[in-house]
Amino acid sequence: MSVARDIITVAGVSAGVFFFFAGTVGLLRFPDTLTRLHALSKADNLGLGFVVLGLLPQTGGLRDGLKLISIWMFVLLAGATVSQLIARTARQSGSGE
Amino acid sequence: MSIATVFEIALAVVVLGLAIWTIAVPDTYSATVGFIAYGLLVALIWVRLDAVDVALTEAAIGGGLGGVVLLGAAARLRGTEAMTMERPSLIVRLSAAALSASIAAALAVAILLPPNPAPTLAPDVVSNAGATGMANPVTNVLMAFRAMDTMLEKVVLLLAIVGVWSLASDQAWGGRPGPRHQADPNGVLAFLARLLPPAGIVVGIYILWTGADHPGGAFQGGAVLASMWLLVIMAGLVDTPPVRSRWLRLVLVAGPGLFLVVGLGGLCFGSAFLAYPAAFAKPLILSIEAAMLLTIATTLGLLLAGAPERSAER
Repeated sequence: MSVARDIITVAGVSAGVFFFFAGTVGLLRFPDTLTRLHALSKADNLGLGFVVLGLLPQTGGLRDGLKLISIWMFVLLAGATVSQLIARTARQSGSGE
Repeated sequence: MSIATVFEIALAVVVLGLAIWTIAVPDTYSATVGFIAYGLLVALIWVRLDAVDVALTEAAIGGGLGGVVLLGAAARLRGTEAMTMERPSLIVRLSAAALSASIAAALAVAILLPPNPAPTLAPDVVSNAGATGMANPVTNVLMAFRAMDTMLEKVVLLLAIVGVWSLASDQAWGGRPGPRHQADPNGVLAFLARLLPPAGIVVGIYILWTGADHPGGAFQGGAVLASMWLLVIMAGLVDTPPVRSRWLRLVLVAGPGLFLVVGLGGLCFGSAFLAYPAAFAKPLILSIEAAMLLTIATTLGLLLAGAPERSAER
């Protein structure tokens, strides 16, 4: 049983690390603000989502699991809002080119 | 070498590199962003050292609210920076570097050369944990064993507010701090400012409450509440209160005031200043912390809002 949990954790966290890595490469390599935001949101949303999913089998109980999931939801909310604000500012000031 | 050690070495290298980059980069804005990332990474180091209370404070103050203060300062400086292109002379820069290096060396000597075995009061703290009815040793030290320090720390926060307010011009004195923020009332920022605070207030109070037995406390909870208040202000949903307002002044002195009253009570009815009667230790500490939560949240919010700039009339 614990082996199955560990396999889920390794798989989930590895998938999360892959998305964080891809997001960071995109942030460094993409040419303008809007595409960089696009790359970054992959790391925030999918990457953290997979890390949380992978950590869920290791939690002590329902309460800890719900806390982890709510952290992911808050990051989703904050990330989406900040991306919108940055993208809007970039488009208005014309630096999105 | 275990994976944890590799992770710790990588973390230390990244933190050191980021610190050097923050000093070396010429642009104020980039240095500020580097400093915020540095604060968040230092919080990770505190977690590795099992000092979760310190990590929470570092993330909330060093990475979060302190970062907002510095970003605001960088935005103000941006206009003047472009005009003054001349750099300080070589002697000034060299002596500043020498001063910083000698302070760093003195700190390194103090930390790296402790007497062996290092003096510690940790066993005493653990063995006396039952005196207050709280399981978190950090809260025990802050609120009971070294309560005097914590009370004076709150007075320092008040002094900081007085310092910021004293930058106001005569016309603006008593008025509202900071600019009036305008945002689209149907926009995404206003939406977040309506959606997040209910959850954020619950989280802030939870961090205070859980601080009795687990990492957390009034400062960390107050920082969360202050950020919720600032979010609502920045979205333009509410205005900053005029600093002459009576309720604002009352909230600002509530925490240190209640602390002082309880301390004097200890002098009258107990054995010493700030000596809690053992039967009421936990309720007394919790009520002081609740008052301090309000004071800290208001103080941090006002510190970030800045000096009064506008008259109280709209």
